[in-house]
Amino acid sequence: MEQDVKVTIIDREGVSHTIEAPTDMAMNLMEIVRLYELAPEGTIGVCGGMAMCASCQCYVLSDTALPEIQDDEDAMLSEAFYVKNNSRLGCQIQMTPEMEGLKVELAPES
Amino acid sequence: MIKTDILIIGAGPTGLFAVFEAGLLKLKCHLIDALPQPGGQCSELYPKKPIYDIPGFPEILADDLTKNLMEQCKQFEPGFTLGERADTLEKQDDGTFIVTTNKGTKHHAPIVAIAGGLGSFEPRKPLIHNLTSFEDKGVEYIIKEPEFYRDKKVVIAGGGDSALDWSIYLSNIASEVTLIHRRNEFRGALDSVEKVQELKDAGKINLITPAEVVGLVGHHELKAVVVSQSAHIDKEYEVECDHFIPLFGLSPKLGPLGNWGLEIEKNAIKVNNALDYQTNIPGVFAIGDVNTYPGKLKLILCGFHEATLMCQAAYQIINPGKRYVLKYTTVSGIDGFDGSRKEAPKAVVKKIE
Repeated sequence: MEQDVKVTIIDREGVSHTIEAPTDMAMNLMEIVRLYELAPEGTIGVCGGMAMCASCQCYVLSDTALPEIQDDEDAMLSEAFYVKNNSRLGCQIQMTPEMEGLKVELAPES
Repeated sequence: MIKTDILIIGAGPTGLFAVFEAGLLKLKCHLIDALPQPGGQCSELYPKKPIYDIPGFPEILADDLTKNLMEQCKQFEPGFTLGERADTLEKQDDGTFIVTTNKGTKHHAPIVAIAGGLGSFEPRKPLIHNLTSFEDKGVEYIIKEPEFYRDKKVVIAGGGDSALDWSIYLSNIASEVTLIHRRNEFRGALDSVEKVQELKDAGKINLITPAEVVGLVGHHELKAVVVSQSAHIDKEYEVECDHFIPLFGLSPKLGPLGNWGLEIEKNAIKVNNALDYQTNIPGVFAIGDVNTYPGKLKLILCGFHEATLMCQAAYQIINPGKRYVLKYTTVSGIDGFDGSRKEAPKAVVKKIE
């Protein structure tokens, strides 16, 4: 499918998955992780994608140009655990053609 | 011992609507919830957020949905055990169940309906190596009784509403309140942020930002927290205190439900969706986000449907062999357990001359 992008997600066990993510379904990275069941249900996307729980925190490993961090994501990251300089919330990263080659690692469950 | 017809674990939208549907069948309900208020995720996670897919409500705030559901079921007088987590399920010889909470409250019912969402909300604990060894020795994650902190030195950590609100509240009770947050910015209702600013300026709240608590000091009892501040150069120092209250929100965990002998798949309870949403334990049902079956969707509206079918099955178990015909509320009205009656106004029959 031409509108799919390839993204690489390293799960919480350290296993790397390179998968096809659709860009035409208004999906975000957290939803992609759930779609491919790369983290157990109930451990990711707990708040549904409102930047209110940080269960989808991930570390961005590629230099992909990402959408800027908005206030609510920034505030949530300020209260989350295991936060690093490259931390983002997966639910705030929309799957667009620009995400081709994105590589992230899921942060530990907390 | 609390006795009821249907014991509902979880007072979120699905559990609350089950009270209404059970009431129509003259079955009484009691609800247990680990949170101190009803509403589940709707009240705990996103009370002020709108929901757009409740049939008949183009837009409704989560908090208002909870209020409406409470209003809708109130004539069926549900009982509540709030702020307690359902810990054990014991099947009795007569097929009924006793559910005991973490505080020892016992509930007895022929039917148990688990409407537990993603599980019970547990406090998120910051990553401090010796945190757990001070639990109940100066470290608390939930403020149950504010008076407990009278004339004590309290350190609160966190940057959200609860950290702000409790700092404000305790500033009048505790001898000293210190609020520590990783950023200078706080996320909370604007008036709470302004109030903390005011109290800080008045010297009633000691604000340390951007900083983090990285360790705890004490022998048996908490004496101080170690604070790491990263203003210009990293520095670490101790802040004396009697209590440390980390407020980093709550996250749901399936918890003890996982040990009830229920068939679990993908962190959810497997049910028979072809029939009645019963689990592998006869008499125990699972409805709403907590269950799973082929094609399951975690939507509030699906929980309402599941609650309704569960109540019909519960009726059959409680009244074996009794015939029942579905009644429409518009036709038969609603007779509350409180003696109230709601009914459609009678049509006026009058001749037009």
